[in-house]
Amino acid sequence: MGFLQGKKILITGMISNRSIAYGIAQACHREGAELAFTYVVDKLETRVRDMAADFGSKLVFRCDVQNDDEINALFADLGKEWEGLDGLVHAIAFAPREALEGDFLDALSREAFQTAHDVSAYSFPALAKAARPMMQGRKASLLTLSYLGAVRAMPNYNVMGLAKASLEASVRFMAASLGKEGIRVNGISAGPIKTLAAAGISGFSKLLSAAADQACLRRNVTTEEVGNTAAFLLSDLSSGITGEITYVDAGFSINAMNAAEN
Amino acid sequence: MENIEARVKKIVAEQLGVNEAEVKIESSFVDDLGADSLDTVELVMALEEEFECEIPDEDAEKITTVQQAVDYVTAHLNK
Repeated sequence: MGFLQGKKILITGMISNRSIAYGIAQACHREGAELAFTYVVDKLETRVRDMAADFGSKLVFRCDVQNDDEINALFADLGKEWEGLDGLVHAIAFAPREALEGDFLDALSREAFQTAHDVSAYSFPALAKAARPMMQGRKASLLTLSYLGAVRAMPNYNVMGLAKASLEASVRFMAASLGKEGIRVNGISAGPIKTLAAAGISGFSKLLSAAADQACLRRNVTTEEVGNTAAFLLSDLSSGITGEITYVDAGFSINAMNAAEN
Repeated sequence: MENIEARVKKIVAEQLGVNEAEVKIESSFVDDLGADSLDTVELVMALEEEFECEIPDEDAEKITTVQQAVDYVTAHLNK
């Protein structure tokens, strides 16, 4: 029996089988969870439905997290299918492309800042707030995805780093808020993975090889590895952990440098 | 050359969820094979993996048919 047997988990942000959310769905499905999914715009519905079918799920809902009505409708609709919710995976981020290349200040604009924070940071506590009634009395676990740019400066990540910093702060405030209800909130800071979203970041392939060179394990991580950690954090196996950011990055972030090789 | 064409067609069929027989050398990903914009990004990523090369965005935008993909891979594998 899987360690997520009987758990009902809602997964956002899955748009392809390269998505980190897809890796999370695979691991959760393997461990016995029932899954539901969201998509952001109508043209993605078929894609998400096809992938949901891989996990035996017909529960697919539209939710544009920039729209409060859609967030409320999501949980109203989900509540008709499930009596409660045990897990929520937030795998959503966006910033205008022009803000994600070049010098941080040159690329900065009020609009890009607001969009990045609205979609990538505000959305997590907003979803939690709407999901709260469905999570009562179930030892529910919430999970988001962050990146090292939240705590370190790095090229091109720019305003998304600020949004991820806000998101990580939100993990702590949400953990404090929901802890008295027995609900846990955690984040995974994953090493770089070439997803469709990452395809929009300039110079991403160079970043991947640079990260592999400087990681303790001398390689990058996979969506399966992030998925397995996610499944653990969503399960009762991690019942003592809340408000944490767990690094799944092959040891990149703790390492100052590797000795020259070759 | 034939080998590259066969490999490209196989990837196109897999990525776009179409029968390999439908994938002709002149096929356009969007117009003939029903690809959307995400499909084309994924397709380029799959080509990069298969041929262990990097296709910059500005080149990727110009790859819209099977022939163009074969030509691109052929040109860059010979370097």
